[in-house]
Amino acid sequence: MNFEAKINKFIEILIDYKGYVKVIEGLENTLKIAILGLVIGIVIGTLIATVRVIPKYKRLPRVLNSVCTFYVGFFRGTPMVVQLLLFYYVALPLMGINLPSVSVAIAVFGLNSGAYISEIMRSGIQSVDYGQTEGGRSVGLSFSTTMMKIVIPQAVKNILPTLGNEFIVLIKETSIVSFIGAADLYVAFNYIGSNSYEFMVPYLAMAIIYIVIVCLITVLIKFMERSLKKSDRRN
Amino acid sequence: MIDVINLRKSFDKNEVLKGVDIKINKGDVVVVIGPSGSGKSTFLRCLNCMEDPTGGSIIFNGVDIADPKVDINIHRRRIGMVFQHFNLFNNKTVIQNIMLSPVLCAKSDRRKAVIKNFFSKNKQPVQSVAQIKKDAEENARKLLARIGLEDKADAYPSTLSGGQKQRVAIIRSLAMNPDVILFDEPTSALDPEMVGEVLELMKELAQSGMTMVVVTHEMGFAKEVGSRVVFIDEGIIKEENNPEEFFTNPQNARLKEFLSKVLM
Repeated sequence: MNFEAKINKFIEILIDYKGYVKVIEGLENTLKIAILGLVIGIVIGTLIATVRVIPKYKRLPRVLNSVCTFYVGFFRGTPMVVQLLLFYYVALPLMGINLPSVSVAIAVFGLNSGAYISEIMRSGIQSVDYGQTEGGRSVGLSFSTTMMKIVIPQAVKNILPTLGNEFIVLIKETSIVSFIGAADLYVAFNYIGSNSYEFMVPYLAMAIIYIVIVCLITVLIKFMERSLKKSDRRN
Repeated sequence: MIDVINLRKSFDKNEVLKGVDIKINKGDVVVVIGPSGSGKSTFLRCLNCMEDPTGGSIIFNGVDIADPKVDINIHRRRIGMVFQHFNLFNNKTVIQNIMLSPVLCAKSDRRKAVIKNFFSKNKQPVQSVAQIKKDAEENARKLLARIGLEDKADAYPSTLSGGQKQRVAIIRSLAMNPDVILFDEPTSALDPEMVGEVLELMKELAQSGMTMVVVTHEMGFAKEVGSRVVFIDEGIIKEENNPEEFFTNPQNARLKEFLSKVLM
């Protein structure tokens, strides 16, 4: 079969056999898992990063800090596939909870990216010169006010590009959710391929869709970075 | 005004301050000199608890601020600090740098007053937020005019020269109406050309009666402006005197050696 015939076959399945419904569903799930995962990840990451940077004179911050160390260690130390399988087939059944696979995928992506994002934020905050904190504290601002008004606005500039990177990683990583039976882009194109006994064009199309999404996000991040650069003329 | 009693500070096992006693009165300009590593910067940074003292007490306006239970932020409003590396807020314009803390502190005081009014019968008048901002901005512009940088009000710190940054840093601490300003080697990071303008402003402050504690290597400034000069070495005050006696008739052997090296 020549390439043209393969493309015709692909288009036939895609349109005549309603393959596009699967693709749209897969795209929707892929984006849903990546975006909601990122949102959950930012919330968890912010909480952990906060625990990481607050001064540790007292007992409570120290205890919280060790909890966070364990959390980050677990989620960075095991592959995401393993985490998906552990949650879907071990943790949730043991707790007697029954959730659709897409929801489990969102939760696991959120928990996992939370661990990475916390490190991104911690290093972003710590890369702001300590003199900025001292300047704020010296005029009588509290630690939290100094953070909110002075350090974090500067840290965001360091954090944002890396955070965009994390989002791109999440988008690409969604291709593993079929392990627990969630229908993402891979499942959709695999379906088309199986129906035509012809995988070359479907997988090529899948790769192109991923590249287009990632390019769009890259452009978006560039745009946001530029609008944050106002005060950034460094010496 | 500040009464330092047996101040000690250790970093892990390294004892930097080994019991410093000094009394700083209103209007004093105390100049602290000493070789590097002598603990003079640490001493200054302990005065507003930028470094938490490990022993002794610092009585500021009748309160021991070395006590960790004291809310240090309230007292830091009354103690200005100027750093070697300026530490202006990079994400704020010059005028925002000056206004930030006065506005935030006045706002937090206002919140407390509003809550207090809510529960008590005799209501105290409360300033509006707009008025707080207006007052702070007016004051900030007045201060900027004093150092001749009105036209830089909306510039970001990264566009200023070192001397300009340090002068803005000085009026930033001045905007809080502090009782005392601490200077931590304010001219050490400056080009030689710009040292003069900063020292000039500090001299002017001293003449206006501001209480100052200055860690510096500028012996000329110490002689001319200081009301007292303190020599710190090995974590203790080795000698303390008025500038004339201090420079012409030093007693301590280590100080004699130090002066012979720096006054060539």
